[in-house]
Amino acid sequence: MAMIAADNRGLRLVTRYAVLVLIAIIFIFPLVFMLMSSLKPDQQLLQDSGNLRAFLPVGDISLQNYTDAFQRAPVATFVFNSVLVTGVTVALSLLICSAAGFAFVFVNWKGRNTLLALLLATLILPFETIAIPLLMMVAHLPWVGFDGVSWGWLNSYRVQIIPFIADGLTVFLFVQYFKDLPGELIEAARVEGASWWQIYRKIVMPLSGPIFATAAILKFLVMYNQYLWPLMVTQEEGYRPVMVGLQYFFQLNVAWGEVMAYLSMITVPVLAFYLYLQKAFIASIASTGVKG
Amino acid sequence: MASKFTVSNRTGWLMAGPAVLLIAGFVILPFFLAFAFSFTNQRLISPNATEFVGLSNYRQLLDVTTVTLEPVRDDAGAITMKDGAPEYPSLRTLTRNNPDRPDLAGMREWFSFSLGGEDRTYVLARDVVFLTAVVNTFIFVLIVAPVQAGLALGLALLINQRLRGINVFRAIYFMPVVVSIVVVSLLWRLIYDGQSGLLNNLLGAISFGVIPPVDWLGNPSTALGSIIAMSIWQAVGFHMVIWLSGLQTISPTLYEAAAIEGASKWQVFRYITWPGLRNTAVLILIVITMQAFGLFAQIDVMTSGGPLDSTQTIVFQAIERGYGKQDISGGSAISVILFLIVLSISLIQRWLTREKT
Repeated sequence: MAMIAADNRGLRLVTRYAVLVLIAIIFIFPLVFMLMSSLKPDQQLLQDSGNLRAFLPVGDISLQNYTDAFQRAPVATFVFNSVLVTGVTVALSLLICSAAGFAFVFVNWKGRNTLLALLLATLILPFETIAIPLLMMVAHLPWVGFDGVSWGWLNSYRVQIIPFIADGLTVFLFVQYFKDLPGELIEAARVEGASWWQIYRKIVMPLSGPIFATAAILKFLVMYNQYLWPLMVTQEEGYRPVMVGLQYFFQLNVAWGEVMAYLSMITVPVLAFYLYLQKAFIASIASTGVKG
Repeated sequence: MASKFTVSNRTGWLMAGPAVLLIAGFVILPFFLAFAFSFTNQRLISPNATEFVGLSNYRQLLDVTTVTLEPVRDDAGAITMKDGAPEYPSLRTLTRNNPDRPDLAGMREWFSFSLGGEDRTYVLARDVVFLTAVVNTFIFVLIVAPVQAGLALGLALLINQRLRGINVFRAIYFMPVVVSIVVVSLLWRLIYDGQSGLLNNLLGAISFGVIPPVDWLGNPSTALGSIIAMSIWQAVGFHMVIWLSGLQTISPTLYEAAAIEGASKWQVFRYITWPGLRNTAVLILIVITMQAFGLFAQIDVMTSGGPLDSTQTIVFQAIERGYGKQDISGGSAISVILFLIVLSISLIQRWLTREKT
């Protein structure tokens, strides 16, 4: 009797893992396919996609596609643009949105409730509904540079950065987090004559590591993966980020091996980053679920 | 006291000001501009001054009318048949330069139906492509929202088990979320390929060649479905994580009590898990709906709206006009319509799922 029960449990455990593994295969196979294909010459790539060899590093394996991709397109420029735009936006967003969160939670000022409600109302605005009027707007905005005033922001870094620094969700995440910090601590510091800047810098920031990480990861994912906006505002390849740079590989004849090499190059660093900081990534997505 | 207040006011504005100004300038202002442009003939670059045109952009997009036609009869009065069906007069005689029906000028057939009798009713629209896009977007949302939310809940329950190595599986299921939808779309373009695509080969292999290869993205009847399946595959991990955080807020003592009472698995889910997930369910439904209405990148990368407009979507249309054709006013009008749809649906969802007291 006891033997059968134990066997049953063993069997159930095996089925459970079998189900988990099967689902895992469904989620992972396109990425394995991408990596393996990036190592194969075009002809073999297409032949292999008919059978299981598509997922194995077999046959004529080399890094030739990667070298070819660099020759075909200004890959380094695209990567540099993406890193620059993403990095600067994330940094400025953390600074400006956390400062706003701080002001909304800890500082008593006129109009803060109205303004906070207004910012939260923007959460129901999908970006797609403002993209077209925003395009019109940035095409006519002035800019003061070293060589005087110019009009129009198209084909620049600023058009990819400035509109995305502040957003309702990021401010909201900071507000939610700051609300749970001990308010007495801040009041005590005020009484002792600490300036607001000191309180922000010396008390609030050291206590807020997790929320800074969350906000940074969310912003990073949005910015690095952006497609629609840079597609519209960067016609010059000198300013294009990696996702839009992809179009380069579809002019004239498509070499799928090079495409796969390029896709691997722009995806693997993000995946590695994700696997390394897996817990923080998942926690940051989960925290978007605590609103309401 | 007074001086302390002024200091707070200044600090408050100084610290919140940059974020408030940026959001006002780059989110709220464009939102109002969308309304403003939609009543004009604004173009991205134009030598002519912009004019107020009232509702004409909306009329252009939404104008729909019906015409009922009698079948063509020959001299003897019998209905002329063509390919086994009654023949009807060409619509072109009505919509092109017909002095009797100036209201129909420029309209095209959207679809037609017959209510029993001999007559056939034609639904004409000024912008058939846009209306097709609206229908496609609704199909997309109506399928993706429940299926994705359901699958995500299933995965969350699966991942919530206490098993060794479960975190590895959670990490893998979530993986597609961090990969750009552009990259994902390109990979699936190869998987869906009509000749040597992985999917066709897989289906052929498991059915021993019975299932013939399908050009998934090139066939109007399968293209939208293929994009739906891929979109769910990419985003389901996102909502799995949100369900998971909902599951973890349910007190373990409830489960212990149920175990003591000898409740079945289904009873536990029905009376403990599901009620505990109420708020999460509402949130997930609203978030998926909003995300699904924004469908664009998949279409742009995989099908460009084709074949035969079977994958046109609202956002794809807005971008094609506002950016592709530089018709800011047309694109803005579509954006406003999209916003009104999203707003009314989230209000309806909120009302349907409100706390009943």
